[in-house]
Amino acid sequence: MAVANSRPQSALKRREITWGFVFLAPWIFGFIVFTLLPMAASLVFSVTRFNLIKPEEGFSFVGPQNWLRLLSDPQVGQSLLISVRFALISVPLAIIVPLGLAMLVNSKNLIAKNVFRALFYMPTMIPVVATVLIWQGVLNSDSGWVNRFIQWAFGAEGPRWFQDERIVLLSLTIMGFWGVGGAMLTMLAGLQNVPTELYEAAKVDGAGPVYTFFRITVPMISPIIFYNLTLAIIGSFQYFVQAYIISAGRGDPNGSTMFFNLYLYKTAFSFQDMGYGATLAWLMFLIVLTLTMILFRTSGRWVYYASGED
Amino acid sequence: MRVSSSATGPSAWSSTRAMRKFLALSSVSLFGLLLLLSFLMPLGYMFTTSFKTIQQIIDPAASLLPMSPTFYTYAGQEYPLYNVPTPQGLQEWALYRKGREDSDFIDPANPSAGPIKWIGRWRTLEPVVHLDIHIENFGIALDTVKFPLLFRNTFIIAIAGTIGTLLSSIAVAYGFSRFRLPGKNALFFILISTIILPIQVTLIPKYVFFRVIGWGGTWWPLIIPHFFANAYNVFLLRQYFRSIPKELDEAAMLDGATPLQTLLYVIVPQSWPVITAVAMFHFFFAWNDFFEPLVYLQGKEDLYPISVGLTQFANAFGSRPELLMAASLMAVALPLVMFFAAQRVFMQGIVITGVEK
Repeated sequence: MAVANSRPQSALKRREITWGFVFLAPWIFGFIVFTLLPMAASLVFSVTRFNLIKPEEGFSFVGPQNWLRLLSDPQVGQSLLISVRFALISVPLAIIVPLGLAMLVNSKNLIAKNVFRALFYMPTMIPVVATVLIWQGVLNSDSGWVNRFIQWAFGAEGPRWFQDERIVLLSLTIMGFWGVGGAMLTMLAGLQNVPTELYEAAKVDGAGPVYTFFRITVPMISPIIFYNLTLAIIGSFQYFVQAYIISAGRGDPNGSTMFFNLYLYKTAFSFQDMGYGATLAWLMFLIVLTLTMILFRTSGRWVYYASGED
Repeated sequence: MRVSSSATGPSAWSSTRAMRKFLALSSVSLFGLLLLLSFLMPLGYMFTTSFKTIQQIIDPAASLLPMSPTFYTYAGQEYPLYNVPTPQGLQEWALYRKGREDSDFIDPANPSAGPIKWIGRWRTLEPVVHLDIHIENFGIALDTVKFPLLFRNTFIIAIAGTIGTLLSSIAVAYGFSRFRLPGKNALFFILISTIILPIQVTLIPKYVFFRVIGWGGTWWPLIIPHFFANAYNVFLLRQYFRSIPKELDEAAMLDGATPLQTLLYVIVPQSWPVITAVAMFHFFFAWNDFFEPLVYLQGKEDLYPISVGLTQFANAFGSRPELLMAASLMAVALPLVMFFAAQRVFMQGIVITGVEK
């Protein structure tokens, strides 16, 4: 009986496996062709000289030359520093602002909550290019509404948001607030999933709102904070579009927005230096990988998972 | 909410309580409203600026709305109107002769009386303005940005990619949600980790590859890769598919349906909300995508989507904010209308991808 049964059973199993891989095939194929092979190829490119506008130089193996160039190229350190400074300004705000908004639109004292949620989310839908153009107008040092407001309210001249290299990173961060909608919604969902008994128990114990926030709210939504933190850190190192648009790729003012990715873009696609460009890309990949691993390693200490994964 | 004065009667205790509740409600709501208004203020800037002339924009004293000073024609000459305080109340008079401590005005209601002397500094007077909107900005922007062409390009790229990502992501998500496969968890982990992979690390070889096979300067590199699924969409669809009872597809299988038929006739018909969400995500992604079109379509202006075309326009017309804002308004209108039409489905999708991972 058992022997007779096992044959159709295994045939069924084989059929399931075949069909399963048929359905997975598009992704497996795409992953190999558009991710795995290109990653390997770009590692190979990084040890070659390969310039598309200088075909006479050909495609030749140069060993670690490109990697050594990273060390002697002052632009690498400078652009990384810009990305780090930007991350230091924008990442904390990329957590605090959506968390604050989520708490606001979750407040029992707010009327028409759904309207607020949709409207705070709405700017996320605006194409980045339009976002940059709109904010450049609003933050225009002469005719922008923000500086006109500063003039009207304080009688003082407002900052030169996109021309002053000391504050241009802040201006870009402010512009980024229009993109916090997604993080706000996930944090809102996290807040709604915190069991109300916890708050009730804390209230019975006489806990104040600050204590409740840091001891209940934050730990309970820490997985979502962690997820958004990871995306924000990676995003700040990959920052490109906004920086490209505000100065047509020049990194103005005075090179202060020459983010790492912008430098990579110029190297690979303006100067067509694919070998060095691929080296920069791999450096970026290694940085992002290291940061992610550090985050995941430390996450055990502060991220709280209420239930195990299924 | 549930504790209100009506439940306990009009005692002093409950009315302070209701009072406090009202205060909390109004202060939080007012704060939220102010915050929302400042958050969306740039949209107001875009909207009003798109109807202005450059004069109305750069004048530091001008209204935030598209207003212009009103003039009165007297003896063949134009004179600006001001709100002048007179013994008969505030009058709209035309400034005929400017003086330091006194000026001459013409009363448009009685021009034949000639210039009237008014003591006071005319600079302190409020000019009379009228709404002066310039819809022609949109026409100029439409023509110079070649919006119809950009719209067409964006639509083609977006719709082709949407079809591709739907076909492939639905299949892959079905594979991940319904089949017991060796190494499935490892594959799923790899799929999810591609989310943090910087696109730059694959971009350069892809760029070279697409150029070598003759796809440089075409839409193919922006469309074809979407026929091979992506992590966000697969994740979102898989979560949804897993919530559909397995008994349903088992029943279909017993009736002799193949897995493909089960997918098409059992799973897909129940999954329209999530499929709509994925389609919209991709559409917005394509509408927004800047980096890849910039790289792959370098120099091919006739093929640019809105994002790249708009940037190019902005570089050429940086000194014409009114045209930039008119163009931006046209670029954001469709995404915003679509968002409000399908807001619920859309926001739900964000929450699923963001929270459950």
